[in-house]
Amino acid sequence: MATPVSQMTPIPNKDAFRSGMRAGIPVAVGYIPIAIAFGLLAKSFDMPNVITLAMSLFIFAGASQFIGVQLIMAGSMYWEIILTTFILNLRHFLMSASLSQRLETTSNRFLAAIAFGVTDETFSVASTRDESTRGHFVLGLNLIAFLAWNVGTWIGVFLAFGLPASVQTSMGIALYAMFIGLLVPSLTRKPVIVVAAIAVLTQAILYFGVSPFIPLSSGLSIILATMVAAGIGALVYKEDEA
Amino acid sequence: MISLFLLVLAMAFVTYIPRLVPLLWLRDVKLPPFLKRFLLFTPYAVLASLIFPGILQATNSLTSALAGGVVAAALALLRANLMLVVIGGIAGVYLVDALL
Repeated sequence: MATPVSQMTPIPNKDAFRSGMRAGIPVAVGYIPIAIAFGLLAKSFDMPNVITLAMSLFIFAGASQFIGVQLIMAGSMYWEIILTTFILNLRHFLMSASLSQRLETTSNRFLAAIAFGVTDETFSVASTRDESTRGHFVLGLNLIAFLAWNVGTWIGVFLAFGLPASVQTSMGIALYAMFIGLLVPSLTRKPVIVVAAIAVLTQAILYFGVSPFIPLSSGLSIILATMVAAGIGALVYKEDEA
Repeated sequence: MISLFLLVLAMAFVTYIPRLVPLLWLRDVKLPPFLKRFLLFTPYAVLASLIFPGILQATNSLTSALAGGVVAAALALLRANLMLVVIGGIAGVYLVDALL
């Protein structure tokens, strides 16, 4: 992981940007069916098209857009929707903090642009690539993912109604299939396996043991399980095994 | 409609803040080793927590959701491309829902 970048001749910004876009292709391609599924879901709830498209354009966070649409249509209070969105996306704080330790870029405007595109998927790619010390690389990666997310949403809203209903409901799995596709290939090192297992175990305890008695939003339990699992991992694995 | 649009902007704002603050203001802070390890483990912990239990209610039935999850996991184990994993998961759900 720790290639001494400073000892190599730095590649030009334009090439770093392009290389980032290439690294983002699998994420972009994976986003399309998920974004189509999001567009379809919003449509099936009679969400105005302009609101659905605005969500992908301004929010750009899959899980909270899915949950947001469901909460809006269930008639939840606005403050409740905003709070759930905030809690669900607090996890990006940890990812941005991790990125901030790698990036050599210092321009605030540039960092503000990168920050907008931090997602579970773009971060997963960035954290496995040595080039992610380059701001242009991460920007290219985030941008192609953002474009794909919006194109997919448009397809979902305007074209996908032609799909049979059975295909449409099957697409609900898309978001989770993507999370699986990102996590499973990393499960080759013991610390990662242990951390993932603790997270699932914590979620199971919260879901089956706690939430029937104490109301617990899914966003809050994701945060709790993440903190417990990453915290135990950091305590147990002292060497840089992560 | 206007209020719905304002809601989207508010959601966008609270989504952007956790993404932005660490990049702008945590850069010069030297993180202690524990926190650094914590941050390195975070993506795996988040992904695992997002998958379970959310996946249980992703489709019409628990069976088809689990089938889709198993197909996606098998393809991911075979190092298939991310798009294949997603499409395979959708196909798994579709087939199980069609058969049951």
